[in-house]
Order: sequence, then C-alpha cells, then structure tokens
Amino acid sequence: MARGVATRLSRVEPVAVRAVGALALASLAATVVLGLWFTPEDQVMGNLVRLLYVHPPVAWVAYLAFGVTAACSIAYLWPRTRSPFWDRLGAASAEIGVVFCALTLATGSIWGRPTWGVWWTWDARLTTTALLLALFAGYLAIRRVTVDPAARAKRSAVVALVAFADVPIVHMSVLWWRTLHQPPTVFRPGFGDPTLATPMAWTLLLAFCAFTLAYVWLLAHRYRVAVLEARMEGEGLELALAERRAEAGYGEGPGGIEGGAGSGGDGPGQAPVPVGAR
Amino acid sequence: MWHDAALVAGKDLRIELRSRVGAQQVAPFALVVLVLFAFAFDADHALLLKAAPGLFWVAVLFAAVLSIQRSFAVESADGGRDRLRLSGMDPAGIFLGKAGAVAVQLLVLQLVLAAGVAILYSSRLGDAAVLVATCLVATVGLAAAGTIYGVVATAVGASETLLPLLLMPVVAPVLLCATKAWQAALGTGATGDALGWLRFLGVFAVVYVAAGVLAFGPLVEEG
Repeated sequence: MARGVATRLSRVEPVAVRAVGALALASLAATVVLGLWFTPEDQVMGNLVRLLYVHPPVAWVAYLAFGVTAACSIAYLWPRTRSPFWDRLGAASAEIGVVFCALTLATGSIWGRPTWGVWWTWDARLTTTALLLALFAGYLAIRRVTVDPAARAKRSAVVALVAFADVPIVHMSVLWWRTLHQPPTVFRPGFGDPTLATPMAWTLLLAFCAFTLAYVWLLAHRYRVAVLEARMEGEGLELALAERRAEAGYGEGPGGIEGGAGSGGDGPGQAPVPVGAR
Repeated sequence: MWHDAALVAGKDLRIELRSRVGAQQVAPFALVVLVLFAFAFDADHALLLKAAPGLFWVAVLFAAVLSIQRSFAVESADGGRDRLRLSGMDPAGIFLGKAGAVAVQLLVLQLVLAAGVAILYSSRLGDAAVLVATCLVATVGLAAAGTIYGVVATAVGASETLLPLLLMPVVAPVLLCATKAWQAALGTGATGDALGWLRFLGVFAVVYVAAGVLAFGPLVEEG
C-alpha cells in the first residue's frame, strides 16, 4: 500500500508540489498584508496583537508535524505497512517540526516580553513545548548517528513514539505543577475571545491555512531530498568506486571494469598497484 | 517471559555485585553531586532543606544515566548482545530483566542518597511510607524508560552523549512528580497531595513498561 502511495506521489509530485508551493507563497503574502495593514490594533496590546497571525499557526504546524511523525512511526513499525516511505516521511516531518517548534518558542518569547514582561515563564504550555523540542531534537540526533537505514528507521520510530507518548504526561504533570500552588496568571488575550473582530478572525484562519500549506510544501521537498539521499547512499559508493578505478587506470581496455570490480573488494590498497605496474 | 526476565536480571545483578562498579563509582559519584549542590547553594541550610527533594532526584537521574549506560556496556563487550539474541529468550523478558536489574541498583543507590540527604542537608525524613512508595514507583518508570533508550543509544555507539539527551527530557515528568511527592512527604511543600503525584508516577511507569515490552522485540532484532 505504501509503495502504491509512493509511486502515485512521485507521479503527481512535480505539478502538485509546485501548486502547493505557489498557494503557500500567495497565502503567506496575503497573511502578511492583511496582518500588517488591514486588521485593527488590539485595544490592550496594540500592534503586538499582529503576532497572533504568526505564533499560533507556527505552533499548530509544529504540533501537526510531530503528530505526522508519530503516525508515520506507527505505520513503519506495523509489519504490514512497513516501508521506507513512512520512515522518510516521518523524518522529514520531524525536521520541519523541530524548526517550527523552535520558531514557536522564539515568537512566543518575543510576544511574551512586552505583554507579560518576561521572556519565559513556567507555564504548562511553554514548558511542554520546550520539552517537545528537546525530545524531537533527540529523535534527529539518533537519526544522524545511526548508519544502517533499516536499524535507523526502526530505532527512530520507537524513539518518536516514546517521545510522543511522553507529551500528554509532561503536559498533565506540568499543568498540575503550575496550577496547584498559584492561580493561573498567564492567559493569552485574544484567544478564545468571542469578541475577536471579524477581519482578525479571517486573517487568523488564512494564516493557519498558509502555514499548513507551507508545511505540506516543505514536507514534500524534504521527502524528495530524503529519497535522493537514499539513492546517493546506494549509488554513490558505486560511482565513487568507478571513478577511483578510472583514475587508477582500471577503466581502460576491454574487461578492465570487471577486473576492477573483482579486486575492488580487497580494499584501497589495491589501487596504486596498476599505476606502478604500467 | 518472567523466567527469562529473572535470568537476565540475575545475570546483570551478579555482574554488578562482582565488578562493584555501582558501589565504587556510581554511588560515590551521586554523593559527590550532593556535595556539589551544597557548594552551589553556598551551604545555605534553609535553602538546601527546601531544595533537598529536587536535588535528591536530580542526583538519582544522573546516577541512572550512568547505571543504564553501564547495563548496556556490559552487553556490547564481547558481543554479548548477539548472544542474548541467539539465546532465544523472549525480548520482553530481556527488557523486564534489564529494567529490573537497573531498578534494583537504583533503589539501593536511593537508600545511600537518602542517607546522604539526611546527613549532609540535615533533612528530616518524614513520611516514610510516601517516600518509599515514591521511590518504588518512580524507579520503575525511570528504569523502564532508561532501558528503552539504553538499547537504542548503545547500539549506535554514541551512547555517552546521546543517552542523556534522549533520556532527560523523557524522564522530566518523573523528576517533577517525584520531587513534588517528596516535598509533600518532607513537609517542605504543600502537604497532602502526594497521592496525586504518585498517580502520575504510576501512569508513567505503566506507559513505559508497556512500551518497552512492546518495542524491545523490534529493537533487539537487529544489531
């Protein structure tokens, strides 16, 4: 099934990905214009409210990306759907998720400083997001140090699921930690506020769509790069060996390549011999 | 499964008893951490007393990383890992055995550390039942999560740096909940809510024991 999805993806990919990219760019541009010029200032926060069109959508993309990674990890670990497709897609999504998670924390800090007076506060949502970033940074780290593709896929899928299972526990415990002793002093003005002005609500909706489209676009490209990387891992060694042999003079004459391929396995120590022999 | 678990745990604990790495390196290290905390807090008695539960659990976490690394370093030497796979034992049993051995070591270590906290920080160990219950439940969670990540990290040969990065964020809730439960028991925090924190620790332990039992098969399947 996954292979079917992969081939179908590769067939529609160029057109569809370009369309999604164009849509993402257009909607992001529209969000910038609407967010900066056409929406009103907030009565309390003034111009700061314009971060509303960046921060929540970025956070949404981070959570979405980690959710996709977890789903892909389950699909990979499930024997009947196991395919490199899920591994690559999950990894691609996790990379985007880590970037957007870091952006969430950065934009949140920028928003928090003028509104709350601090760059950081030990609010449940903030703490959970920070730990989420650390958890998936670990996921990327384990992908980086594991060489064998099958082992990497399996281990990183388990790490992703273990990390994902931790999120509700972290969130509940931190929530209880911060609300047990002090009343919630932190809330987001404008959020869940039924009197959110209509242009603001529409711009926010547009921003969510725009960032989601950008995520899909990045994901498609990151997946494509992952496929190319895998191909390079497979073919790159062959190519490098062939080039090295050609350099050493194996490539010349009939049967030269076969001879090179036969002795190539003996290691690099073989290479200078024909040069000296000639 | 349980028989295999007992075999693996017995083997690991025997290795620890004979090599004495836990007693001669990990436990002294944890005590040194306690002393370092006193330096960091300028030996301010009131402050140390207040922070004692958190410091205790941070020291336990550091020591846990060492114990887990040790538990898998034992396997990676002389191809022990492959022998374990060849033994035909149930992977879930191997997981439970390794986690059980780590848990026993950590519990012994916690006894030493608790004595250290009582002596060095003059902390009065109050509600013993809550303290012991917290240690038991938290240790099960720590050992289970640590064993999952231990096998993942040691297999790639970068465990010294990778294991703490992977493990610390995952066990952050254990640190938090165990600290709160201890605060309640020692009377340095809000009292009476230790049971709630114990429940969190219990959920964590159940989730990670279940995850380990399920995930260990695929993880040890290949070197």
